Amino acid sequence: MAKLKSTLPNMLLSLTLICLFAAGVLATVNMQTAGPIAAAKAAALENAIKEVTPEFDNSPLADAYRAVTSDGDSLVIYPALKGGEPVGVAVESFTMNGFSGEIRVIVGFDTEGKILNYSVLQHAETPGLGSKMQEWFRTDKNRQSVIGRSLAAGNLTVAKDGGDVDAITASTITSRAFLQTLNRAYSAYKGTDAGTGATAATDAVTEATEAAEATETTETTESTEKGGENE
Amino acid sequence: MSNLKTLTNGILKENPVFVLLLGMCPTLGTTSSAINGMSMGLATMFVLICSNAVISLLKNLIPDQVRIPAYIVVIATFVTVVQMCMEAFVPALYASLGLFIPLIVVNCIVLGRAEAFAAKNKVLPSIFDGIGIGLGFTLALTLLGATREFLGTGKLFSLTLMPEEYGSLIFVLAPGAFIALGYLIAIVNKLRKA
Amino acid sequence: MEYILIFIAAVFVNNVVLAQFLGICPFLGVSKKVSTAAGMGAAVAFVLTIATLVTFLIQKYVLDAYGLGYMQTISFILIIAALVQLVEIILKKVSPSLYQALGVFLPLITTNCCILGVAILVIQKDYNLMQAIVYAVSTAIGFALALIIFAGIREQLEMTHIPKGLKGTPIALITAGLLAMAFMGFSGIV
Repeated sequence: MAKLKSTLPNMLLSLTLICLFAAGVLATVNMQTAGPIAAAKAAALENAIKEVTPEFDNSPLADAYRAVTSDGDSLVIYPALKGGEPVGVAVESFTMNGFSGEIRVIVGFDTEGKILNYSVLQHAETPGLGSKMQEWFRTDKNRQSVIGRSLAAGNLTVAKDGGDVDAITASTITSRAFLQTLNRAYSAYKGTDAGTGATAATDAVTEATEAAEATETTETTESTEKGGENE
Repeated sequence: MSNLKTLTNGILKENPVFVLLLGMCPTLGTTSSAINGMSMGLATMFVLICSNAVISLLKNLIPDQVRIPAYIVVIATFVTVVQMCMEAFVPALYASLGLFIPLIVVNCIVLGRAEAFAAKNKVLPSIFDGIGIGLGFTLALTLLGATREFLGTGKLFSLTLMPEEYGSLIFVLAPGAFIALGYLIAIVNKLRKA
Repeated sequence: MEYILIFIAAVFVNNVVLAQFLGICPFLGVSKKVSTAAGMGAAVAFVLTIATLVTFLIQKYVLDAYGLGYMQTISFILIIAALVQLVEIILKKVSPSLYQALGVFLPLITTNCCILGVAILVIQKDYNLMQAIVYAVSTAIGFALALIIFAGIREQLEMTHIPKGLKGTPIALITAGLLAMAFMGFSGIV
């Protein structure tokens, strides 16, 4: 077959046909993969929840609710129930104060507010330095580990700021940001009662605003310090 | 030119990365580890083979003046297919390659081969050309990824070969990508002349 | 303040070329002379800003509105290709002098991955229109900055003695690596 000449109708026709065909292929593939993509995302989240909470028999994804932190953001809480009784929660928390921006963490608390485990979902910290947070804060060495600590007594802070958690060597800013995600997660969780969160969440808002005034002062000092260190 | 020759041509003589210096963005951006480099290479190879095949099939139906937009549409379609399949079935890999998957569209290698080879040849040689160039690209990315992973963290395909403390972190970071590739190209140049 | 942060982050901290590896081809290809580098930088800045604006609106009012998210890559690249052609035609008619200066670079821009990259990044980062434009402009400035510095270094390199095996691309890449190292010093300021 001879090659088509570059006349206007020919060009329009062939481009239109190719575009239509491309759109058709994409629409089909999209329909085929939309299910698996959603399933893969849900599975990833559910695995993260399983990792940080005790064994449960409900569907934390279906029971998820939002709660407000002491500084006014809202975080998603996934309650874990066993036989209808609350055994813990997983809180998806984040901060923008990492060395390279956002850090997203999922952290599990038991019913008494002790940290069970955590998992870093997303971060852009420097590989080999800040990125160690995935393992650092659960390694049982000196005062590194945050596992088993209760936040009921107060926020976790790094040793440099007078706290009792050892920061990652050479990554104080990442460590601060990481602990901030835990503190935020707890502040969102403490106002809510695992399992019956939907009703308690509204109470949490008022409680949170009260707490906000208290934590706000520490927050500002933290950020000025961060600026100072970089100079 | 026999099909076998077309195949090896892309791997050695016209290696897209080391010799033609095409497709530098994914080469540098996705090779922080050997496995990432290899996956990126394979994804690109898939797009290359499919787009080469389709374009050589359609070459007579596409008028000359609109060939570039037509090629781009074909390539973009396959890229999106790869993107959706990866997101569905290998989400972890998809997350680590990130932005560079949709950017296969603007990889000069793919459009370059469509224009230089597929538009002039029959379907079968075009497919072999896609495989050859794709393999060359994959090999180059795997080699660079392996070099950076080993020098940076002491690992190879996530297997520890030497203690992590001996690695020099800079190779996993952005500057190391440029420097490692610079030396690799120098070595390949030397080998080709010898 | 927010815009200043986006600006600094895009120009220095996450420099599009040296930290995100976008637009490497023109970075290596047209960096032999400072004057051509400046021309390329200006052409990219021009197209990048317009392209980001248009793709952003298309995403918000066409793709999202009709649930066509999966057509993102294909529609963005077509828009960019068409836009480059359009800019070329308009420039030729309206400002021949500017066309003289930028003309040769325009066709190269379609396959410059920083244009498509930024268009997609802006959507991924969930920026609003104003943030998107600030981000696009600052990315373009970062690109031009890296390109011009690099071209300046390469002009000097021409006059030095380089080991034979490293001549050409290898030494250029190693220089780029050192430049990237220098830019790493900016990390952490935002």
